[in-house]
Amino acid sequence: MIVSMFGVLFDGLAYGMLLFLLSVGLSVTLGMMNFVNLAHCTFGMIGGYVTVTLMNSMGWPFLATLPAAFLVAAAASVVFERTMFRRLYRSTDLDQCLLTIGLVFVSVASAAWLYGTIQQPVNLPSYLRGSYNVMGVTIGVYRLFLIGMSIVITVALVGALEYTRFGAQVRAAVDNQRMARGLGINVDGAFAVTFALGSGLAGLGGALAIDIVGLDPSFALAYLVYVLIVVSVGGLGSIAGSLVAAIVLGISDMAGKYYFPEIGSFLIYLVMLSLLMWRPVGLFGKR
Amino acid sequence: MRRTFVGAAVAVLLAATSANAQQTIKIGVVMSFSGQFADPGAQIDGGIKLYMKQHGDMVAGKKIEIIRKDSGGIAPDVAKRLSQEVIVREGATILAGYDLTPNALAAADVSAQAKTFMVNMNAATSVITTKSPYMARTSFTVWAVNESLGAWAYKSGVRKVYTLVSDFGPGWDGEAAFTKGFKDAGGEIIGSARYPVANLDFTAFIQRAKDANPDGIYIWVPGGPQPAAIGKAIAERGIDKSKVKVMGQGELTYEDALKSMGDAGLGLITAFHYDYNHQSAMNKAFVAAYNAEFKRNPDMFSAGGYDGMHLIYESLKKTNGSTDGDALIAAAKGMKWESPRGPMMIDPETRDVVQTVYIRRVEKVNGALVNVEFDKVENVKDPWKARQPK
Repeated sequence: MIVSMFGVLFDGLAYGMLLFLLSVGLSVTLGMMNFVNLAHCTFGMIGGYVTVTLMNSMGWPFLATLPAAFLVAAAASVVFERTMFRRLYRSTDLDQCLLTIGLVFVSVASAAWLYGTIQQPVNLPSYLRGSYNVMGVTIGVYRLFLIGMSIVITVALVGALEYTRFGAQVRAAVDNQRMARGLGINVDGAFAVTFALGSGLAGLGGALAIDIVGLDPSFALAYLVYVLIVVSVGGLGSIAGSLVAAIVLGISDMAGKYYFPEIGSFLIYLVMLSLLMWRPVGLFGKR
Repeated sequence: MRRTFVGAAVAVLLAATSANAQQTIKIGVVMSFSGQFADPGAQIDGGIKLYMKQHGDMVAGKKIEIIRKDSGGIAPDVAKRLSQEVIVREGATILAGYDLTPNALAAADVSAQAKTFMVNMNAATSVITTKSPYMARTSFTVWAVNESLGAWAYKSGVRKVYTLVSDFGPGWDGEAAFTKGFKDAGGEIIGSARYPVANLDFTAFIQRAKDANPDGIYIWVPGGPQPAAIGKAIAERGIDKSKVKVMGQGELTYEDALKSMGDAGLGLITAFHYDYNHQSAMNKAFVAAYNAEFKRNPDMFSAGGYDGMHLIYESLKKTNGSTDGDALIAAAKGMKWESPRGPMMIDPETRDVVQTVYIRRVEKVNGALVNVEFDKVENVKDPWKARQPK
């Protein structure tokens, strides 16, 4: 019983970390510009396809494709932001939703056209496969890698936001955009960079997710629900909030499916409901 | 005078169209050519095209013309409307295709009412063929494959099984069929779970199955991303497949899933009616021709399309080109032939397929993962229909 509990905690933590990488960018950009970007997971999907293409067509090693997935997803997001999203910053939520959900459908269709609707294979290097058995608990090597990776990224992100001038500008813009503009901070510029960073992280998350959940053109939609749950439970604009929410949801999803498989898929929504009833603005939300 | 002339012209025109209609037989193929199920649709169509390329488009002196209609995914209303339109407006006299159960069920009404011969080339739920007396099936049924697998599992020494299936119709069918075959043989189901249709990460489900300590795990999973995710989770959880037999229907180890799984897929056992690795001279030729035409391997969808066309061609030969529904279904009943999948027959009673169910294990042959057949159950009829009150 205790052993299985540790196993569930570990797997849930790893799953939560994956959700965190996919959603942290959306949380920050949503908090900063109030821009409802439902196409966030499209960037995750782009990252996934970059990794698959580089590995299977060009023979790159898995680890080397990860920075590429980050960069390509970030670059793609800049193009989208400059050409489309920025026109709608002052529009209503509905307009933003319509544009971005439209983009999701376009991206799903494009991926299906380019790669087909089939599953994309990714073969991890042998040192990332398999599992250890620590006192009865199965510890998957890849999940360990996921957790490690996410911790490094979280530390880097928090460090950048808390201790750099750019981070201070971003925080100021999230807290009070008008005031920040009034002080001469280039909010649009800061936002563009944050947007690219967040999308890049989604791309990285997409690349890392392939081995656990696979990759096909429906990726951009399949994860959207989870990402939105993480963002709303964590609170807009909060990295810590996203992290805690992602871990809580990852673990409750895993525990639900392990202990109560009959209702396992609902548990995550129950957790979301009760957390939001307790704190309507999210765990770490300010407004 | 003028009236006579118009009348004569109309008569000539009518005669011309009816003569033309007699020389062409139109087959309405209704299935998904776009959307999530576009790839299975393309493979069924590949089977159809290859058959027509190899056997020509003339049967019993008539030209065969295919009219393709895209139902675009799970859309029974659309499939029904398209089936109606293709008969009424475009003059199709045979219906074929039907990739998905809801679509096939809806279109069966059309076939029954219009007394039109209908070849179900894929949809695999047992009940479908009972909905129209003019329908025959050339794919398989979930019941036939999985009940055979259940009985085989007990025979091969498995005694305690944990079942894990997708929580929708075909998954429940798979679970019920395997359980029936396994329990009737004497086995025990020690636990079961149904995972949500859109589940992404399978670790928790597989860990739970492992902790129940079975000597067999039965899985029913549709094609798509899930087979690979399950295969990897099984390997990552450290389940020793030499001690715990992991079994499922063929989708668990279809070609793309095995590519994604890599060596994690080794040792998975599946039951199915067709695989491109089936060892026969006829199948080797079929696979080679398919590759030459479409640059990929055929799969169970292609086999359904290929054999479906065979059934249509041979039935038309028997009726001498008549497309009368009663005549065609009478011709199809009891038809036997050698297919790339092995011997198959249309059951004269149920109009469903009778064929061999192969038991396969994933092995590495010449560096590639393939399903290697090592046992088989011959002449399997759909057991579900056999149990229904007549």
